[in-house]
Amino acid sequence: MSISFLVNGIQRTLDADPSKPLLWVIREELGLTGTKFGCGISQCGACTVQVDGEAIRSCVTPISMVEGKQITTIEGLSSGLGDLHPLQQAWIEHQVPQCGYCQSGQLMSASALLASNPNPTDSEIDEAMEGNICRCGMYGRIRTAIKSVNSSNVASSEGQKLYYNATEVDYV
Amino acid sequence: MSKWTRRAFITSGIVAGGGLMVGIAMRPGNQVKELANKIGEEFDDLVHTYIKIDSDNVVTAIIPHSEMGQGVHTALGQMLAEELDADWDQVKVEEAPAIGEYASYSAGRRYLLSGIDFPNVLIPTVDGMMMRVADTLNMQITGGSLSVRSTGFLAMRVAGAATREMMQAAAAESWGVPLNEVTTENSYAVHELTNRREPYAAFAGAVAEMKPSQTPSFKDPSSYKIVGKYVPRRDIPAKVDGSAKFALDVRVPEMTYASVMRSPVPGGSLVSVDDSAARAIQGVIDVVAIPATSVTNMLGEMRSSDAVAVVADSYWTASRAVRALKITWSETEYDAVSSDSIYAQFDRDISAGSERSADRLEGEVAAAFSGAARVIDADYHVPFLAHTCMEPLNATADVRSDSAEIWVGCQNPLGFRRVVADVLEMDPENVTLNNHIMGGGFGRKALQDYAIQVALLSKAVGRPVQLIWSREEDVRQDFYRPAVQSRFRAAFDEQDNLLAWQNTYTNKNEPIEAPLIPYAVAAQDIGYVSSPIHVPFGAWRSVDHSQHGFFTESFIDEVANTVGKDSYELRAELLRDNPRHLAVLTKAAEEADWSTPLPEGRGRGISLQESFGSIVAQVVEVTVVNGQLSVDRVVAVIDAGIAVAPDGIIAQLESGIIYGLTAALHGEITIENGSVVQGNFDDYKSVRMSEAPVIESHVINSGHDIGGAGEPGTPGIAPALANAVYDATGLRIRQLPIGNFDLNYQVEETGVVA
Repeated sequence: MSISFLVNGIQRTLDADPSKPLLWVIREELGLTGTKFGCGISQCGACTVQVDGEAIRSCVTPISMVEGKQITTIEGLSSGLGDLHPLQQAWIEHQVPQCGYCQSGQLMSASALLASNPNPTDSEIDEAMEGNICRCGMYGRIRTAIKSVNSSNVASSEGQKLYYNATEVDYV
Repeated sequence: MSKWTRRAFITSGIVAGGGLMVGIAMRPGNQVKELANKIGEEFDDLVHTYIKIDSDNVVTAIIPHSEMGQGVHTALGQMLAEELDADWDQVKVEEAPAIGEYASYSAGRRYLLSGIDFPNVLIPTVDGMMMRVADTLNMQITGGSLSVRSTGFLAMRVAGAATREMMQAAAAESWGVPLNEVTTENSYAVHELTNRREPYAAFAGAVAEMKPSQTPSFKDPSSYKIVGKYVPRRDIPAKVDGSAKFALDVRVPEMTYASVMRSPVPGGSLVSVDDSAARAIQGVIDVVAIPATSVTNMLGEMRSSDAVAVVADSYWTASRAVRALKITWSETEYDAVSSDSIYAQFDRDISAGSERSADRLEGEVAAAFSGAARVIDADYHVPFLAHTCMEPLNATADVRSDSAEIWVGCQNPLGFRRVVADVLEMDPENVTLNNHIMGGGFGRKALQDYAIQVALLSKAVGRPVQLIWSREEDVRQDFYRPAVQSRFRAAFDEQDNLLAWQNTYTNKNEPIEAPLIPYAVAAQDIGYVSSPIHVPFGAWRSVDHSQHGFFTESFIDEVANTVGKDSYELRAELLRDNPRHLAVLTKAAEEADWSTPLPEGRGRGISLQESFGSIVAQVVEVTVVNGQLSVDRVVAVIDAGIAVAPDGIIAQLESGIIYGLTAALHGEITIENGSVVQGNFDDYKSVRMSEAPVIESHVINSGHDIGGAGEPGTPGIAPALANAVYDATGLRIRQLPIGNFDLNYQVEETGVVA
């Protein structure tokens, strides 16, 4: 059946099985591979995209449910003109990603949070990000990066924050 | 392997090829075809296999290790660029292709065997390199937290220093000035007296003709500009906008997708498959039986059982079709095995003590126990663990009649290429392997089973295939951190001094020193019994340290509790002969305000574990209220000798701690009817944001040999956490995961309230 929706501002009309999950439509048919497969059962958040501004798990969302809706993937988070979303900039400043595989999903969840709640509390951040697993364990940096944006609402340009405290210790 | 290596070198035609040595000229027209695109156009001179300098003075550091999030490309690039005196902003890092010329071991051997004059000063580094490479069991493998301390320290640094000296010599020659007046800076040769500056690229041609420096000298660490400094990782920008290409993102024309299911019980074989329902699903192209394979490589034997795969027009179609298959697997001798039966077997085998082997036997152990005023004992065990990399196993293959191309993210590109060539019965030179950044590795992606499967699938259907494992397959068909039991006894004299330490555990793997303790105990008997299990073993971040860190650092806490001593104080006393360890432990205690009392319901625990050449101490603070455990704070201190990439070390420490915390709180693969029960993140849980503690990390630059960073954070979190739970509740955790314990119940039972 024919289904139409907007992806990153572009009208798309596809002839596809209505039960096919949005994730595989995005990756296989639209060629947008920034959205990842991690679990297939909405447990890990690697496939997170925004539908009408709300963060959802595309691996369990049949495309029939997004008819006529606006979908934003990681490729559409910034304008595409070289300027990054403040969160993407914060992610770089705080050196958040390690393997990077979960980060598209993390950023889509975080940007949906800030769009509706520009100054979330710690527990609101925890709640919004609870569906996104990072096996590299960069939760502390993700939290810090989100807060750095919400406190100033623009990406800080103060340069790199150093997280370490290198110490010389003498011993015999 | 020797045959292949030899032929690869003969056909390659590279002059003394390989990346370890200095002064190797490779120029256009003088390289194997796979190197052509690395060398580029006629103005590029590859003056060293680890260094490419373009005509625009951009230096490319070619890194013979895989990137799985650990930042190795940046760190090794830093080490090379530092000694080269390169302008970091004009340095690119690039992963080496999977061809034999980047096999450091082979390169070193080749050099020695071919009788080429080998600079004396470098022989120790070559020998050391070969020994260490032999230790990691392969050539281009990434694991063992070794990249920085072997390739970086023994090769990248040497390559950079020797090349810089040749640049100085070429500049002196060109300018007609004394060599000792030529300095280098930011990828330029400089002669201050005549105010001359020319870019390295100007001398690339001359350097390519030169013999390498016989005695490259290294910088004084106090003059470092790149090593030990904060530099942003090069791989990060592409990881925030979706443009980073993982193996899963590979797109090949005419590509199909596959999903697979392997025998749930290892060793089971395919009896029959009813694929009628699967084939009826629109979009299914073929159903393919993949035979069991057995590969012997330098990591030992890897067995992969029979499997059935569906190839389709979409992964979604393929995954549904696999679930629609009706497969009959053979019975196996393991069909009745369960986690309970495995633990019972461990207990029997430890008690029997038959064929026990000793790791360490010192002092008069028997006499100490027979004359002891007090003896304590305890049994610990840990379950199997899966790796669950965020990126499920996947690979893409395009197999033709006489050649093949593979796209994969793996920790061992050369090893993968070789086994794929073996199963396809092709010459490795006809197999092109494209290695991608990995969405996590943790040891799992050193094993080739998934690449073998996709190669056989593409061969069977005659089309390019992208094989993606479901998360369930990823969890159930892993090579696991083994379940292990460990039994301890400790003997004390009348004054509560610790006289003897006895420890017997099941099944030794590596590293061999993992169960050893750094403490001064006069009588020690540490050993293991063999207790074979059918669940396949795999290296899991920190390998044997992951269990022994928990065992020994919990039991030493029991020793302290027994004699009523403070956990830090007792360790510190017993570290009197190990000042480096003591410094790390003490730093952690100080930073964590160890001696400040905590309110009721809270607790603090400490641990110390040396692994992969680095020493890590951790202090964990917890709150236990109404049986609910919250991990509030982790203070971690690492001494890795010198922190090459300080923020990279910190990131690895944080990562290793959270990885170990997942295992400590939730991690448990259980066996029923011979197969794995869990299947996805709903029943094999991972730590999430709300459970993640604040982690405060501290780095000690002791100046000792460089240690690893990727793994040493993992072993110490479980014992420090378990010790903190004991401090808060009085409950001694001797089995993981902690999530299995009812802390509420135990508090009421014992009447102990912190």
